[in-house]
Amino acid sequence: MEDAIVLRDLVVDRGRRRVLHGISCAVPRGVVAGLLGPSGSGKTTLMRAVVGVQTVGGGTVTVLGRPAGSTDLRRRVGYLTQAPSVYADLTVRENARYFAALHGRSRADADRAVADVGLSAAAGQLVGTLSGGQRSRASLACALVGEPELIVLDEPTVGQDPVLRADLWGRFHELAASGVTLLVSSHVMDEASRCDRLLLIREGRLIADDTPDAVRAAAGVSDLDEAFLRLIRASEAGSAVAAGAVGTGGEAS
Amino acid sequence: MNPRILAVTTGRILRQLRHDRRTVALLLVVPALLLTLVYYMYADQPAPPGGVSTFDRIALVMLGFFPFVIMFLVTSIAMLRERTNGTLERLLTTPLAKADLLFGYGIAFGLAGAVQATVASALAYWVFDLNTAGGSELVIMIAALNAVLAVALGLFCSAFARTEFQAVQFMPVVVAPQLLLCGLFVPRDEMAGWLQAVSDVLPLSYAVEALQEVGAHAEPTGTMWRDLTVVVGATVLALVLAAATLRRRSG
Repeated sequence: MEDAIVLRDLVVDRGRRRVLHGISCAVPRGVVAGLLGPSGSGKTTLMRAVVGVQTVGGGTVTVLGRPAGSTDLRRRVGYLTQAPSVYADLTVRENARYFAALHGRSRADADRAVADVGLSAAAGQLVGTLSGGQRSRASLACALVGEPELIVLDEPTVGQDPVLRADLWGRFHELAASGVTLLVSSHVMDEASRCDRLLLIREGRLIADDTPDAVRAAAGVSDLDEAFLRLIRASEAGSAVAAGAVGTGGEAS
Repeated sequence: MNPRILAVTTGRILRQLRHDRRTVALLLVVPALLLTLVYYMYADQPAPPGGVSTFDRIALVMLGFFPFVIMFLVTSIAMLRERTNGTLERLLTTPLAKADLLFGYGIAFGLAGAVQATVASALAYWVFDLNTAGGSELVIMIAALNAVLAVALGLFCSAFARTEFQAVQFMPVVVAPQLLLCGLFVPRDEMAGWLQAVSDVLPLSYAVEALQEVGAHAEPTGTMWRDLTVVVGATVLALVLAAATLRRRSG
């Protein structure tokens, strides 16, 4: 089956600054792909390009076999922005039901999405009165409610308690098992080990694109944090050998 | 455009308004208080011989003006929030069409403006004995059209504001000149030629003329219908311009 996301030489400029320097990679269907990198590395810009809301300076972005941003993709792709984008003056349930209705889903689907993010007890509460973590879960519910084939989540687990975080990752893997593809960004390295595939970007360049095990093996350490550090050092030293050894990511830098 | 998505979007906007009880109360009470003020301001002023009383003349224009100014403000802020909270960007990644959102706002706040005009008109006619030759339903209809015009202008202007402070500043820019030149203070045909020319391109001038037609004639006149056509045309133009400011892709 065709890949869920294919990037070819993706270049994005913001103002006079180049944010993404020709990224190429592919994400197969039915996996949880982690997009890892420090703040300001271009994670959000890459996700926006995949969703089709980012003006692209060069290269191509193909999503579910179609150019990113195509009209029919709007019902097949779900997007969670980094800052929670829900209506503060509506309740959690009203938000979920509105986004459900936009995707032609029922009220029961909306209530299920609210339950899936652990907000059933707060469903009748105005979003404006929720804690930051709850608010971002309300936003997550609205991204999941349309049952999209590709879900792009920009730092969905920031500020969540560890138990909830584990639950959410469990839910992501359930979705992946059912054939849904997830692209999840994080700057917390301990979440990297939960992903089926990893994309590590730094300063707008792809440093690694492989499974967590392969990344560990390539760096020769068992700790992912340490593995990333070595890969970054290797790429900074301009060593094509180390980057090339981690698989397909080497060509991007 | 999709009727189902338009309906749920309109419902969502009205639901947001309903949760904000204080705004609803202000929407309904403030015009009534201002009308009361105008009533007592002119209570002891003699009516010009054979003419309409000053209260009748001013109150009639005010009934159309309240929904215009208030819905402009409410819409500018609501749309600015959609832009700054990221909900607009998110909406544009869903099957929602731009027209669903724009018409959703037009219908929701147009309804709110109609309710506001109905309450204010009830007070003006029943308590303060407002006299118009034409029917009050025409006054309310013109007020509702004014509300929709204001929504369209607000949707467009919100694109040029980055913050709520800036959005509020658009009120004097957009609303004040239209109020000054609409013919309430100085009849339009007594203004200097260049002022008349400016007045001619401002949509509120036509809405006010339509109200004055209702004030003076028992039956709807051709001038009134022509004026309302201009108001609707200006609304459509503002909506088209507003749609052009909604970009699915940005830098």
